[in-house]
Amino acid sequence: MTPSGLELQGLRKSYGTHVVVDDVSLRVPAGEFVCFLGPSGCGKTTLLRMIAGLETPTSGRLLLDGMDLTAAPAHQRNFAMVFQALALFPFLTVEENIAYSLRLRNVARQERQRRVRELLELIKLADCGARRVDQLSGGQRQRVAIARALAQEPMLFLLDEPLSALDAKLRDHMQIELRLLQQKLNLTTILVTHDQREAMTLADSIVVMADGAVQQIGSPADIYRRPANRFVAGFIGQCNLLQAEVLDSHHLDVWGRVIEVESIPGGLVKGTAVTFSIRPEDIRILPAGTQAPDTVPGRVSFAREVGERVELRIDCNGREIIGAASPADWAALGSSSGSVAVQLRASAGTILTC
Amino acid sequence: MIARAVRWLFLALIATFLAAPLLVVTGVSFNGTARMSFPPAHPGLLWYGTFFADKGWMAAFTLSLGVATGAALVAISLAFPIAYVSWRYRSRAARWLETLARLSFVLPLVVLAIAFLIFWSALGHVGRIENTILSHAVVFVSLPLATIALGFRSVDPALVEAARTLGARDEDVLRTVLRPIVLPYVVSGTVFVFILSLNEYIIAYLVAGFEVETLPIKVFNNLRMGFQPTMCVGAVLFMAVGILAFSLVAASGDLPKLLGGRAR
Amino acid sequence: MLTAGRAQIALWLAWPSIALVGTVAIPFLLLLRISLAAPDPSGLWKSVLTLDAYGALLNREFAGALLYSLGVALLVATITVALGFPLTYLITRMKRRPQVVWLVFLLVSLSLSDVLNAFSWQLLLSKRGGLTGLLVLLGIMSRPESLTPSNGAVWASLVYGILPFTVMTLYPSLSQLAPEVVEAARTLGASPLRAFRTVVIPMTRQPILAAFVISTVVTLGAYVSPLVLGRPQSWTLAVLIGNAALAGHDVPRAAAMSVCLLGAVGLLGAATVWITRQRPAR
Repeated sequence: MTPSGLELQGLRKSYGTHVVVDDVSLRVPAGEFVCFLGPSGCGKTTLLRMIAGLETPTSGRLLLDGMDLTAAPAHQRNFAMVFQALALFPFLTVEENIAYSLRLRNVARQERQRRVRELLELIKLADCGARRVDQLSGGQRQRVAIARALAQEPMLFLLDEPLSALDAKLRDHMQIELRLLQQKLNLTTILVTHDQREAMTLADSIVVMADGAVQQIGSPADIYRRPANRFVAGFIGQCNLLQAEVLDSHHLDVWGRVIEVESIPGGLVKGTAVTFSIRPEDIRILPAGTQAPDTVPGRVSFAREVGERVELRIDCNGREIIGAASPADWAALGSSSGSVAVQLRASAGTILTC
Repeated sequence: MIARAVRWLFLALIATFLAAPLLVVTGVSFNGTARMSFPPAHPGLLWYGTFFADKGWMAAFTLSLGVATGAALVAISLAFPIAYVSWRYRSRAARWLETLARLSFVLPLVVLAIAFLIFWSALGHVGRIENTILSHAVVFVSLPLATIALGFRSVDPALVEAARTLGARDEDVLRTVLRPIVLPYVVSGTVFVFILSLNEYIIAYLVAGFEVETLPIKVFNNLRMGFQPTMCVGAVLFMAVGILAFSLVAASGDLPKLLGGRAR
Repeated sequence: MLTAGRAQIALWLAWPSIALVGTVAIPFLLLLRISLAAPDPSGLWKSVLTLDAYGALLNREFAGALLYSLGVALLVATITVALGFPLTYLITRMKRRPQVVWLVFLLVSLSLSDVLNAFSWQLLLSKRGGLTGLLVLLGIMSRPESLTPSNGAVWASLVYGILPFTVMTLYPSLSQLAPEVVEAARTLGASPLRAFRTVVIPMTRQPILAAFVISTVVTLGAYVSPLVLGRPQSWTLAVLIGNAALAGHDVPRAAAMSVCLLGAVGLLGAATVWITRQRPAR
């Protein structure tokens, strides 16, 4: 049988009337790196724990390569998991931690030592095998937890916000290492995170979750460029969500301006209220007084240079727009008075129906 | 599935083991005759009436409550300062006192009882209620000491620092920040001493047992003369006091946390 | 600043120091002193210095009683830890409400007086106490007969009295044990039982030992249960000590036996400290 990866069918978890994970169906193809992304309390960790077998789904099925594992207990799944708190065994050395799963499987001593050595080299801790866990730094512990999980040659690699305890610089570094490791071993991997930057860095595909339900599944670029709804648009990066109304099959009314768009999503008739979503960097800032159908006049209420770009808050007759400009453009504009024209480039925006 | 059944069976057996004697005593106390039998014959409240009408039993009962209250208050007056100073000043003297207080709890009760017997006899101060109260207080002081220390450990140091930057002196911190946090621990420590003192026999007997006849002593003395259903009534009353006291602690606070477990 | 702190400390600790030194330290010194005194038939003791009380203990009976008491204490401690450890673990993994109910239940039986405990078991095991009737019904006994006095009754009553202590000693560390560590073992391929054995027990070695020692010491100090439920030949040292003081009016003898018991407890404590200092076994 060819490995087809993990498949979730209508997975649900509820405690009494409180629904934590609501009817999640998705596929994780073999060898892919998938991130579950969402705010805290969105059900992403519970979903991961159901996949690991640490929680029993209220209903739904879980299949790996076509095999139904819904009822299999955690220890029979051979899915490795790295916990947020790492959960290294404090009474064992680094080597013993890594060898734990091999011992359970009665792997012969020599083979065990060989595997442990290999893994220690893989995580670049070859000299630390005999150390106690509490003698390691945070990043080193992180890597030991990963090696311990990988020792059993898992079918699926699960990570629950494993990098959230590290400082920003180390986290960046570990993200890249983790991605390289995953590609090298061709591991089917699911990582849970609330950090969109982490998800963007690591994932082949992202599952955005809110209130226990999947909001959108897609590649990082997809999710960023073509958010499926207001939640996704607002959660991933900064976004302007403007009230708009459909005029005809090629025109929108945004704040009283008529904007021409390539096409309106199917089924929307004249007069339907929609949201026009546009990223700050897609907005063009023009000199005050520029006349064009898709521009609105505004005053810059706040500007800050953050290195590679200038972030702007623009007050457009009482409504706020977040914009951005390159430092060069901003200087050329010479807008010390604060008045500008804001161009809402229709081709760069997305029309959201909810 | 099997694991679940085994777990359930284990818990059920332990619960039965723990409940059986209590149930039998309670059952027997409702007997309608002077013979002891379980399940009770002619169930009724006959012996409860006898108990409450009997001056001797009632005196023992109220005396026990008095001793227990005294012991609990004295124990707190010892435990709180030690726990506070140990936490606030990291004082070595407080550590020493803590060790001394702990020591009295980890020694065999009989040995403590003999030591107290000798002590009070040497003082020539025999058969007084103070003997029982003070002996119980120092024997059980390690319990409130442990719970109150737990309470102080649960205080976030940032809270205290915040109060200080807002101008609070030591006594203000104690009154405004520490009191609300530590109070439940003080209460549960008090309840522990109260209940344990209420039930303690051998020390109470050896230090003043002939004059200060608490309920356990009276039950024991009667036990030697043979069965009397009123003894069961005394036992049931004590169990009721215990259940009531600990249920109150559980209802008014986070019991697992007060016992040193994980917070809610 | 420092002196101000000292003054504060002195003020706070004045009463506890007086009370604890006066009523714990001094009684123990007195205990040692009186164990070296002679009995006084008309009073409590004669203030002489003699080793007679200890000399009188140099016989087979006393050595036998000491060993027997230690044996019973170790047996009871083993049973209570063997039952109490899984019980505590299960309780800490329960939801909040059943957990609180179990804790209250255990606290109530913990506080049950030795006297009431022994009395309850006497009732339960008596001819008409219910249990015997049940055993007859099941065909295990041929006719109702009192099950006391017997060693089994003593052990049951001791285990009953000490199990809650064991649970309360183990509760904090088992409750604080991070569930993720067990879950990690599960995802690494350990069955629940295996995870319990390879993770939970190694992580709680010290509390287990502490619980074992506390259970042993509490058993060694138990006076009422062996006296009420046991036969004279199976009386523990605690009973002999109590009887020497009460019935025999030989306080120096009781004191000397107490000192011996303390010595045994001290050895036990030292052994535990020594074991805990060893590196965990592989």
